[in-house]
Amino acid sequence: MAQYWQEIHALTMRWVRRLSREKFSMLFTLVQPMLFWLIFFGNLFQKAADVQVTQAPNYISFLTAGVVVMTVLNNGLAGGVDLLFDKENGFLERLMTTPIHRSSVILSRFIFVMSITSLQVLVILGVAFLFGVQPATGLLGVAAILLIGMLFGVGLTAISMAMAFSVKSHGDFFSVLGFLSLPMIFLSSALVPLAGMPPWMGFLARFNPMTWAIDAVRPLILSGWTEALPHVAMVVVVMIIFDAVCLYGSAKAFRRAMG
Amino acid sequence: MDRTIAIEVSRLTKTYDGGHVGVADLSFQVYEGEIFGLLGPNGAGKSTTLRTLITLLTPTSGSASILGYDTVRDADVVRQLIGYVPQERAIDRFLTGREHLELLGALYHLSKAEASKRIAELLKLVELEEAADRPAKTYSGGMKRKLDIACGLLPNPKILFLDEPTLGLDVQSRLRVWDYVRMLKGRGMTIVMTTNYLDEADQLCDRLAIIDGGKIKTLGSPAELKARLGGDIVSLTLKDQSKIPLLVSALTGQPAMRTVKTTPSGLDIRVDSPEKALSAILESANRLDCRLEFIEYHRPRLDDVFIAHTGRSMTESVQDIQTGS
Repeated sequence: MAQYWQEIHALTMRWVRRLSREKFSMLFTLVQPMLFWLIFFGNLFQKAADVQVTQAPNYISFLTAGVVVMTVLNNGLAGGVDLLFDKENGFLERLMTTPIHRSSVILSRFIFVMSITSLQVLVILGVAFLFGVQPATGLLGVAAILLIGMLFGVGLTAISMAMAFSVKSHGDFFSVLGFLSLPMIFLSSALVPLAGMPPWMGFLARFNPMTWAIDAVRPLILSGWTEALPHVAMVVVVMIIFDAVCLYGSAKAFRRAMG
Repeated sequence: MDRTIAIEVSRLTKTYDGGHVGVADLSFQVYEGEIFGLLGPNGAGKSTTLRTLITLLTPTSGSASILGYDTVRDADVVRQLIGYVPQERAIDRFLTGREHLELLGALYHLSKAEASKRIAELLKLVELEEAADRPAKTYSGGMKRKLDIACGLLPNPKILFLDEPTLGLDVQSRLRVWDYVRMLKGRGMTIVMTTNYLDEADQLCDRLAIIDGGKIKTLGSPAELKARLGGDIVSLTLKDQSKIPLLVSALTGQPAMRTVKTTPSGLDIRVDSPEKALSAILESANRLDCRLEFIEYHRPRLDDVFIAHTGRSMTESVQDIQTGS
């Protein structure tokens, strides 16, 4: 057990070190493009968005939940990228010839991606706060938002890592990534609530796990515990199923890559 | 002579998904304390063999064992016993040299004190002390290779695996790597290396196996392999290349000639005794009025062994690799 921890700690610190080596990339990781969605899109659609539809005091407070979950989505889907590069330059192979538990490589990646995602979510909530968005459920609500983000992120990161281990080239990886991300966002309640969507899009969005995550995060920000609690309970169940499916689906790719 | 066996490969077969055969029914032994070379064209099965030995591949059938431990069943024990220097520069450009070694130290479960002692020794050994705290992206190709080797040596392995250790290195770095390999052998380490360079195999390896098409074509010490080939080689370059077939038919079947082969610019004749053969060759050439531009006579080289067993020269196979065929 002590050995397992030693491995995971060393491998996680490697990701942290890499990030800290590159001041620019660290800056852009925290001040990420997702903030533009919040700041520009949120303010841009202030007048265009119908308060009757969004059921929120203003569009930016409505959008905050969407941007939080979009951040989780992007980080999760990109979570395998570094392992892909490790695979391509032979670093992964070097790790695999050491007497480590095969799972510690994957676990360290989960820990790192989840930590960075949580930090980014906090930055987004902080910026939203500057625009007057105060989470109705307070700090405990923020903790619940982070938990939902992590639950969603685990499944996404698993898919991303499995893809990283399976694709032939990193070109393929980024094509799939680019292809997945936008429809996931548009076919969710990130920008428009389900009720305000054309019926066919609303129908598809119902099957998007992102919708479930957003619909739990949104009342935590806008309404309060009474309204949020049933959604939160529901999303925990949905996400556990989602994660189980993702991990089960990825296990084969992990096993193959880990030998 | 009874020698301790370090590696035992027994009827190893690996067939990949899709039916591509990596190696077929491969058996050989590596003795403790020797430098063993795996030589062969690309796709011959060198990599498959090496990757099986370092526990990265599971054989389809047959087995491989390292110091008595099976590479599949006892993979964790095997991993403690071996060090690996991959072919690619498996380097994280953002980490410093020291951080690479520290990471591996943790993965081999060394204590902090033990790791830092070993790291200091290794950095000194590969002369990277000054550059140890610079990110690896600032390293030259030779320095990266040195770091690779230090990483392979960190677990203090009984057996070190080197995959194409000098590929793409300049002459000086190459000689430096050879020095390390010889020094490690001097310390009693068993070394298994793959290589594309015949001179490297000739210089370094105590024994080597030439692999082609997933099978061992021949195995022995470089001297044995050359002797086994038998006969010295006389190479002729003709001024008028249209006369080549004439000379070939004149020489073929003469008692002093073992084999006569056409080359682009002349002939390669394998002979038992150069004294007898040379006069016979010159006599025939004079009689047929074939003017010779150049005569070269040499003992069999490893190139000749390679050609004899794989049907092509190493340079041809390296070109194959470069054109991606």
